[in-house]
Amino acid sequence: MDKQVQKIIICNTCNIPLALGKVTLSYLGNEFPVELFKCPQCGLVYIPEELAKGKMDQVEKALEDK
Amino acid sequence: MEQKALKEREQQCIQEQPPGCTAACPVHVDVRGMVAAIQKEDYKAGGQLLYNMVPFPRIISRICDQPCQQACKRQEIDEAIAVNELEKSCVDNSKELTLKITPMPPKDKTIAIIGAGLSGLTAAVELGKKGYNVVIFEAKKLVGGSIWDISEHRLPRQNIAEDFAILKRIPLEINLHVIVNNHKNSKMSLDHISAAFDAVYLATGCIEANTHYWGLALDVGGRIAIHPATLATSVPNVFAGGSLYLGPDRKSPITSISHGKIAANSIDRFLQNASLTASREKEGPFTSLLYTNIAGVEPQTKVRSADPNQGYTTEEAVKEAKRCLLCECLECVKVCEYLAHFHAYPKRYVREVYNNLSIVMGVHHANKMINACNLCGLCEQVCPGNLNMGEICQEARRIMVKKGKMPPRVHDFALRDMQFSTSEKFAFSRHQPGFASSSTVFFPGCQLSASSPEHVKSMYQFLCKKITDGVGLMLGCCGIPADWAGQENLFKETIKAIEDSWRKLGSPRVITGCPTCYSIFKREWPSMDVESIWTVLDKIGLPDQKKEPHTSLKLVVHDTCTTRHEAALQQSIRKILHTLGHQVEELENSNEFTECCGYGGLMLFANKEIAHKMIKKRSQQSENDFLTYCAMCRDNFASQGKRSYHLLDLIFPTRQQDVASKKGPGYSERQENRARLKRTLQKEVWGELADKEQCNVKLIISEKVQQVLEELMILDSDIIAVISHAEHTGNKFKNMENNSYIASFKPASVTYWVEYSPQEDSFLVHNAYSHRLEIKGS
Repeated sequence: MDKQVQKIIICNTCNIPLALGKVTLSYLGNEFPVELFKCPQCGLVYIPEELAKGKMDQVEKALEDK
Repeated sequence: MEQKALKEREQQCIQEQPPGCTAACPVHVDVRGMVAAIQKEDYKAGGQLLYNMVPFPRIISRICDQPCQQACKRQEIDEAIAVNELEKSCVDNSKELTLKITPMPPKDKTIAIIGAGLSGLTAAVELGKKGYNVVIFEAKKLVGGSIWDISEHRLPRQNIAEDFAILKRIPLEINLHVIVNNHKNSKMSLDHISAAFDAVYLATGCIEANTHYWGLALDVGGRIAIHPATLATSVPNVFAGGSLYLGPDRKSPITSISHGKIAANSIDRFLQNASLTASREKEGPFTSLLYTNIAGVEPQTKVRSADPNQGYTTEEAVKEAKRCLLCECLECVKVCEYLAHFHAYPKRYVREVYNNLSIVMGVHHANKMINACNLCGLCEQVCPGNLNMGEICQEARRIMVKKGKMPPRVHDFALRDMQFSTSEKFAFSRHQPGFASSSTVFFPGCQLSASSPEHVKSMYQFLCKKITDGVGLMLGCCGIPADWAGQENLFKETIKAIEDSWRKLGSPRVITGCPTCYSIFKREWPSMDVESIWTVLDKIGLPDQKKEPHTSLKLVVHDTCTTRHEAALQQSIRKILHTLGHQVEELENSNEFTECCGYGGLMLFANKEIAHKMIKKRSQQSENDFLTYCAMCRDNFASQGKRSYHLLDLIFPTRQQDVASKKGPGYSERQENRARLKRTLQKEVWGELADKEQCNVKLIISEKVQQVLEELMILDSDIIAVISHAEHTGNKFKNMENNSYIASFKPASVTYWVEYSPQEDSFLVHNAYSHRLEIKGS
């Protein structure tokens, strides 16, 4: 998946491939630093479907029940 | 939720009350547990349950006088369960029964037991187990008292010997051939013993006719005055019970054993200076509040053993055990998929809700349960104690919202949908054209307007024709989604806005198109003159039906849960159906016992799995088509393949083919239908120039993608927002593999992602998904 992202997804504005970089995600007052694909130049962050429906969904649910 | 209120609610659920047999048993043997063990042929487990409550199970299994029989539910159908016979089977078929005795530290108090019958020996065992020094005085040459009078055939001596082995496991001092009297100066007088020992249990049986003998105070009947609950006598450290108390006519081996236990408890309390009377209501026999529904239970006579001398064979025992109803209530759980889903019953649920609200740190495990309830109130209808889980869940939701502990995803979509309906996009209020005032106002509701906007239009026109002194129209939402979600403030704001609009129209009589709006208005404004469209139609008559002959349908009425107590409304539905020439079939659970379609309480949003179970269960109750009078009920049933009509489908028939099997509109279409209804009416009825929503983004969405969007509750308007934002800012990704774009936008709390490709003047949507975690940046 990661390699696929690197190969086929590009930032439309900067016209360059994405690279893993530090991003902060937050929810209900909690913040976590994570590594996600983003444009190395403009910083636009890409969230793939698998991540949104998988890990992110799990984290959201866990935080909501805290 | 206050601890006291919680306790009161918990007590309304009687599921944990013991069955009648156990409550009637003076020592509360778990008969249901024992019989259930026999059903599984686990005689040892059954025997142990007997042993847990009776120190002499081998004896009692032969001679019990079974007060349980009077309370057996089966007696109301045929004959009580043969409990003592089954006890005998347990004892006879268990190789070894053992009573676990946990040694307690020895106490420095000594108790005298006068009389070593079943009662005295039980007290001795109980007190010995607690660590007291026990000294027994028995007049005869052996212990056991009157059990020796029972024939060996009925009570084998082996059983006595095996049961009395326990007396050797507890340090007891047994003095035989000692007659206690009340001769002054005698060392063996009761006065002397009560002075020499810390406490005395007098259990001499009914041998002594002269009660004056003991020198204890007597009651008006001339018998020793004994407190029925504590067995205390006039001398503070002397307690008395067993046949001495019962008398020769009321002799009862199991009651004598019970007295032994009660006396031991009293002596223990007395020696510890504790209250003799506090919390003892359930010692000895009592009446259980447990309710068990016996409707439909087939009569089945008691199993008679082929050889009465031998008692039951194991086959006979199992057969008799299977007659037992294993009494429990679960009336609500039987009718509610939601209550059944969490594998317990309201008493436990109430506790879980309370615990969930009390958690400061940690996981709120009951959130799911609290939010899944449809708040329909059927549980209260069927509960012998009238407990309403919905009220508890709704209260819990309000508290969660106030504390900021409500998981945002649960009701977010439904509340945003509600906000759409209360916004300018749908909300609308006018007098009838040509009228300066309204005698009546029609409030069709947001969901009927979303499901069947054409019916709303037809009904409004019909009402204007029939009611001549001005029929106003109010479009909007009654606010129930906010009420269901526990959003008190939002609900109050919503209902206040409707009230303001209504007052501006001159506070006319309100006719609602939706039963739920009706229930809300009636509840919130008791003084409001509000009526449901159905009772109105019943009175003013139906619109003229087309002359074409129509088929008489056989329809099953599904009543709406929000108006379960509205008998007049329910009757109107049936009358209208008769007028229309259709046949009515009633479901077993209808009218005030109706079931929810799975939408109530926002169940469909909080827990789709249970909502679908509810729809399925209800749908299967009849093969005939359903007739509903709530738009959500109709669409919910139709969504899962149950052919269903809304009553307006029959009053205003259209040329549409097979309306009963037609699925309702999706979430986006529902909003569009509401907005379009407002625009159409504004234009056609009031001649106003409606603001057409300006939208330059045209979407192409395949049916497959549409399903995905519906499942994820992503609206077309969300997709348009993402694409507009991406196209406007250029913030998007390109998928080099298929030349599509991927972009995201966060209009409020949810971030939506869309994969799309421009196609001429439109955008072809490939996929969409969303998340709530916020991207804060790098």
